Amino acid sequence: MPEQLLWAAEAMMNGLMAGVLYALVALGFVLIFKASGVFNYAQGVMALFAALTLVGIMDGQVPFAHLINAVFGTEIHHFGWHVPAILAIFLTGVVMVGLAIFIERFVLRHLVNQPDIILFMATIGLAYFMEGVGDLMWGSEIKTLDVGLPQGISETIDEATYNWFGYGFFIDRLDIVATIIAALLVASLTIFSQYSKQGRALRAVADDHQAALSVGISLRFIWVLVWSIAGFVALVAGMMWGAKSGVQFSLSLIALKALPVLMLGGFTSIPGAIVGGLIIGVGEKLFEFSIGPLVGGATENWFAYVLALVFLVFRPQGLFGEKIIERV
Amino acid sequence: MLYREAGDFKTTYVEDGQTFPIKFDRIAYYILLAVAFGVVPFIINDYWANAVLVPFLIYAVAAIGLNILVGYAGQVSLGTGGFMAVGAYACYKLMTSFPEVSILIHVVLAGVITAAVGVLFGLPSLRIKGFYLAVATLAAQFFLVWLFNKVPWFYNYSASGQISAPERTVFGIEVTGANTDAWAKYLVCLIFVTACAWLARNLTRGTTGRTWMAIRDMDIAAEIIGVNPLKAKLTAFAVSSFFVGIAGALFFAVYLGSVEVGEVFGINKSFLVLFMIIIGGLGSIFGSFAGAAFMVLMPVLLKNILVGGLGWPTDIAAHFELVIVGGLIVVFLILEPHGLAQLWRVAKEKLRLWPFPH
Amino acid sequence: MSAQAEEYVTEDGRKIGGVMMEMKNITLRFGGVVAIKDISFDIREGEIRAIIGPNGAGKSSMLNVISGFYNPQEGDVIFRGKKRPQMRPYKVAQQGIARTFQNIALFEGMSVLDNVMTGRLTHMKTGMFGQAMWWGKAQDEEVYNREKVEEIIDFLEIQAIRKTPVGRLPYGLKKRVELARALAAEPKLLLLDEPMAGMNVEEKEDMSRFILDVNDEFGTTIALIEHDMGVVMDLSDRVVVMDYGKKIGDGTPDEVRSNQEVIDAYLGVAHD
Repeated sequence: MPEQLLWAAEAMMNGLMAGVLYALVALGFVLIFKASGVFNYAQGVMALFAALTLVGIMDGQVPFAHLINAVFGTEIHHFGWHVPAILAIFLTGVVMVGLAIFIERFVLRHLVNQPDIILFMATIGLAYFMEGVGDLMWGSEIKTLDVGLPQGISETIDEATYNWFGYGFFIDRLDIVATIIAALLVASLTIFSQYSKQGRALRAVADDHQAALSVGISLRFIWVLVWSIAGFVALVAGMMWGAKSGVQFSLSLIALKALPVLMLGGFTSIPGAIVGGLIIGVGEKLFEFSIGPLVGGATENWFAYVLALVFLVFRPQGLFGEKIIERV
Repeated sequence: MLYREAGDFKTTYVEDGQTFPIKFDRIAYYILLAVAFGVVPFIINDYWANAVLVPFLIYAVAAIGLNILVGYAGQVSLGTGGFMAVGAYACYKLMTSFPEVSILIHVVLAGVITAAVGVLFGLPSLRIKGFYLAVATLAAQFFLVWLFNKVPWFYNYSASGQISAPERTVFGIEVTGANTDAWAKYLVCLIFVTACAWLARNLTRGTTGRTWMAIRDMDIAAEIIGVNPLKAKLTAFAVSSFFVGIAGALFFAVYLGSVEVGEVFGINKSFLVLFMIIIGGLGSIFGSFAGAAFMVLMPVLLKNILVGGLGWPTDIAAHFELVIVGGLIVVFLILEPHGLAQLWRVAKEKLRLWPFPH
Repeated sequence: MSAQAEEYVTEDGRKIGGVMMEMKNITLRFGGVVAIKDISFDIREGEIRAIIGPNGAGKSSMLNVISGFYNPQEGDVIFRGKKRPQMRPYKVAQQGIARTFQNIALFEGMSVLDNVMTGRLTHMKTGMFGQAMWWGKAQDEEVYNREKVEEIIDFLEIQAIRKTPVGRLPYGLKKRVELARALAAEPKLLLLDEPMAGMNVEEKEDMSRFILDVNDEFGTTIALIEHDMGVVMDLSDRVVVMDYGKKIGDGTPDEVRSNQEVIDAYLGVAHD
């Protein structure tokens, strides 16, 4: 096989893996959008926040240490213990649930019946707020996150592909693990929303708030529930991204890529989020590989958005969205 | 003189349609203009110009621009930073290519070029609506910034990849470049702000404004009563981008002097201007000013209190600012979705009846 | 009377002219659902034409076809003797067809005056640059149109709420403002989609009076959908009856009232 083709294939494989991570963040968006009609811009920052919290807890950092030091002139930093990964993940999960309750209590509850666009802008405010709080709590320096996930080149694939094609593919083991976890997550979410009592309530709320209220579904509970799930998804996504490229602000920008993924897949479709994620992941890697060198590189910054834009002009409801019939 | 409209009879429809229907408001407005043009330039110093007044004026232009698109026409855009970059780079290319032409003309032309780019990115708005459009404008944001970063022609092949404004004069007075006086910067910006606000007000109170608002409130009904949606949306994009482009050009040429595109015109700039119009008030020219003032003054104030007063490190103050800005956005949306402008309106309403509210 | 030759004068002295709009074999489908099935009827100059039928009969879809919002898969719309090509709704509006909506479609963020002014959009000619300067022609046009709008506002007796934001108005007034907006366009054909839905008797009487006055004073041709049989029979010159997307009756109120198929559709019929 010609080398170019193999490289392209490798780029594609890596794109698929990146796509899975995009899809993970996008999944959080879809869940919240379906259940509450809120287009949650803060989903990316939630992933960052979750990752920051996870690192902070594992390293035994004192929350708000910098702030406390600045105000009281103290010199505290760490509790001096290390929390095992599993426990830390659990604790972070608890924090994310707390965050969901906080958001429902102080934001969503007061914005019922506002136009969607107002809610959207509120989540932008929320994103800023959470970013600031995250930085104040744990500090803004770049952190490494190691929860014991396998890292580095997967020798098995490297060897296998070398034996087949005479060229070893470089695939990060972390990506493979991420893919598996994402698949599990999606499957369990689907089962949850299709077969459990809460899942049914959730779908009812998604369909019509008023009607759901009138048959005795607690809107508040559902919102807390769905934001908790989204927080959990954000935790998983933050963990994967954090392990891959360090925990830092740019993580929330990477997460912004979930937006074009959503446009492509349709805001309300879980399969759409996954397929959209894969298309964007593969598309941008292949584009960077083939066209990137001609135009100076770094096309990954915008490719996803432009692709989604062009696509939407031809199919405004996205890949899996329902066709919009306008009525008067 | 009491704040009243009683006795101030309108005998023509022209009078009834004017910007400040109450005499007191009109007089206050003329006094404000007189002070801004006649007094402030003589007492302004470098700190006030660079930290407060010049950025306030420039952001006010950008906010008016974005408010036309979001507040009046209802098309949410997250691409303001990218469009400001277009204005800045267009201005830079014009300044370096035609040094003999006045900088004022360059700034206006930069606005025109940005308007054209805005229309280009506004084209999908006919098919894409709501959130989808908001995300689609991110394409403009990221693509434009990337373009100015990667194509050397835009920054005249300079080694640093930055653009720097050469020295230019108006009537023999330097307005761009390192040696510009504070008052000259301020005055140039003030002239543009006044002109832009006047144009925007005229457009929004007349036919064009009504077509925009019709599209915003109910696009289907608007089309059925005779609004051409493509034309309405594209004019909104064009006019909005024109103002935003002028703001970008001023921001680069007059305020900063040199610019690295990713740093200055990144996505955060888009959000900053968006926050200005949310806090100030969607669909209000006054709100654009109020929001710009608020978002420019608040960090200055915070910095003075936290860093200057309490002695906190600057990075903690910066994080604190994020928390406060984010929190304020949410609070404003909950308490007063129409922003400072609405608070102002309510206050005036009360004043009009004071002291006999019943 | 539907077979009547060209122009005639009604009992109350209004002149009814020739055919203004003709719907010819209109069929409208949404996917597999047939909303309108092969319907033909005409609307004459100066008449009040009612479309009635049970819920889901396809009346509103019919109005949407006339105003260009839906494009029928089959059939022709003939307006003033010319076949109308597929066109966007705003072009239809420019031809002089205005309408109101079943669920009020006012611009909630604007004042009553601005809402009614939007009705004049099809008459506004100045370009944007002129408006931006607010000079000469642009201002003259604004004032001229404002005068026209004030006439309508007087006519419909909504002077007092001129500057009120529409969102604050009660339902009945909103309906009236919507009528004002449609009238401001000085339409040749006015489409009213359930103008009296949800109104009390008094409001219905007001609205009926306005409709008759519009027809009488401006000579505007009116096509309306209405559920209140009493109103329909009193107001209209001719009535089309639809059921399940098909036309089951067409004629004067008296003719329609005695039509067996119509009675069946409304009262139900025993199927054996």
